[in-house]
Amino acid sequence: MDELIEYGPDLLKGFLVNLQLSAICTVLALVLGTILVAMRVSPIPVLRAAGTTVVNVIRNTPLTLLLAFSALGLSDTLGLTFSDEPYDNAFWLVVMAMSIYAATFVCEALRSGINTVPMGQAEAARAVGLTFMQTLRLIILPQAFRAVIAPLGSVVIALIKNTTVAQAGGLLADAAFVMYDTFDTTGVSIPIFIGLVIAFMAVTLPIGWFTGWLAKRLAVAR
Amino acid sequence: MTENGHASPLVQMENVNKHFGALHVLRDINLTVSRGEVLVVIGPSGGGKSTLCRTINRLETIDAGKIVFDGQVLPDEGKALAKLRSEVGMVFQSFNLFAHKTIRENVTLGPTKVRGTAKDQADKRAMELLERVGIATQADKYPAQLSGGQQQRVAIARALAMDPKMILFDEPTSALDPEMVQEVLDVMIGLARDGMTMMVVTHEMGFARRAANRVVFMADGQIVEENTPDEFFTNAQTDRARDFLSKILTH
Repeated sequence: MDELIEYGPDLLKGFLVNLQLSAICTVLALVLGTILVAMRVSPIPVLRAAGTTVVNVIRNTPLTLLLAFSALGLSDTLGLTFSDEPYDNAFWLVVMAMSIYAATFVCEALRSGINTVPMGQAEAARAVGLTFMQTLRLIILPQAFRAVIAPLGSVVIALIKNTTVAQAGGLLADAAFVMYDTFDTTGVSIPIFIGLVIAFMAVTLPIGWFTGWLAKRLAVAR
Repeated sequence: MTENGHASPLVQMENVNKHFGALHVLRDINLTVSRGEVLVVIGPSGGGKSTLCRTINRLETIDAGKIVFDGQVLPDEGKALAKLRSEVGMVFQSFNLFAHKTIRENVTLGPTKVRGTAKDQADKRAMELLERVGIATQADKYPAQLSGGQQQRVAIARALAMDPKMILFDEPTSALDPEMVQEVLDVMIGLARDGMTMMVVTHEMGFARRAANRVVFMADGQIVEENTPDEFFTNAQTDRARDFLSKILTH
């Protein structure tokens, strides 16, 4: 218990990095995921193929490999940098990799949501004179989002937990890294484990409850 | 109402052909719809009636032939096609109201998003139309809270809100409970009296008799017979039509 108290402030600082990553990546993943799904259902074959390829490649690659690739491959070898400050650079590389990774799951969740919207509504929208993008934006996606709020909650929860592998992308700051670092000096501490688990659950459980509640509240009656 | 042939044609279909895979659903269709005309398309299931109806606003593409609407060949895609569709109303068998929008929003969506009509103006017009179809009191409800007949009347109001040059009705009463059919037909008969150009795919003989100028009988992807309702129902010329009528009129 003493270790948890002694290293608590460091761990908390690390945990704030997890929260920061989670918040930024959630927003980016939702935006990117929506763009990806628009590509996947678009009438333009090139866009469809591009969307499908991105989703299939990224979604089926282990996250740690994506992170290592963006740090070692994209940044170190190919020279993609976000900042001269090493910490900031690592942070944004991790944000990029994690956002794209989560975006592919957002995309697939939304795509299953789109399948819940009866085809006839898209036809009716087109028959009124709406363009494809208007139909998607005004009719299909609003209903698709509502249908998959709970699955999207799961994607966000997975994203939050996945921030603990940020060190694979060279970001040596999050709570899991601080934990390993602490174990190196103090030896393994069960209270620190438990403390971190509780910290994560304190964030992820309410998200699960909230999205479950929201899903019921916003369900589209048919 | 103008008699068939006197008014200028609104829709002209020339040698229209369409296949669904191996199935030849439209065979050499030649059909003209005049302005103000009410055309009923009748015939056995799978005969191509709905497909015919849906080609006019290009919800179905055609493989060969030509369709001219209001003097223009149907555009292939893009903005021009969206504009054409905004001028052709459509009422579907399964209503297809936007489930996440209120009744009022269902009616105002087209005018505000396609035509750029101001919201208060679109609202006012929507309420007039909902009044006309008898649903004004339900304007703030969602589609799922309405009966089938009410939903279909909203769908008609939604089509009317675009001030279309024509309305296509694709089996508008086939999904309704029997006691709700008449309320929808009454609205349609009202429209016909007001001179709306209508193409109606239906099995409702009563409607055809009361409101149609012309009946087109379709089977196996072909127009088998065209006639006035009275002539068609009492004195069909072809065996195929007589056979069909004998099956539906004896019950």
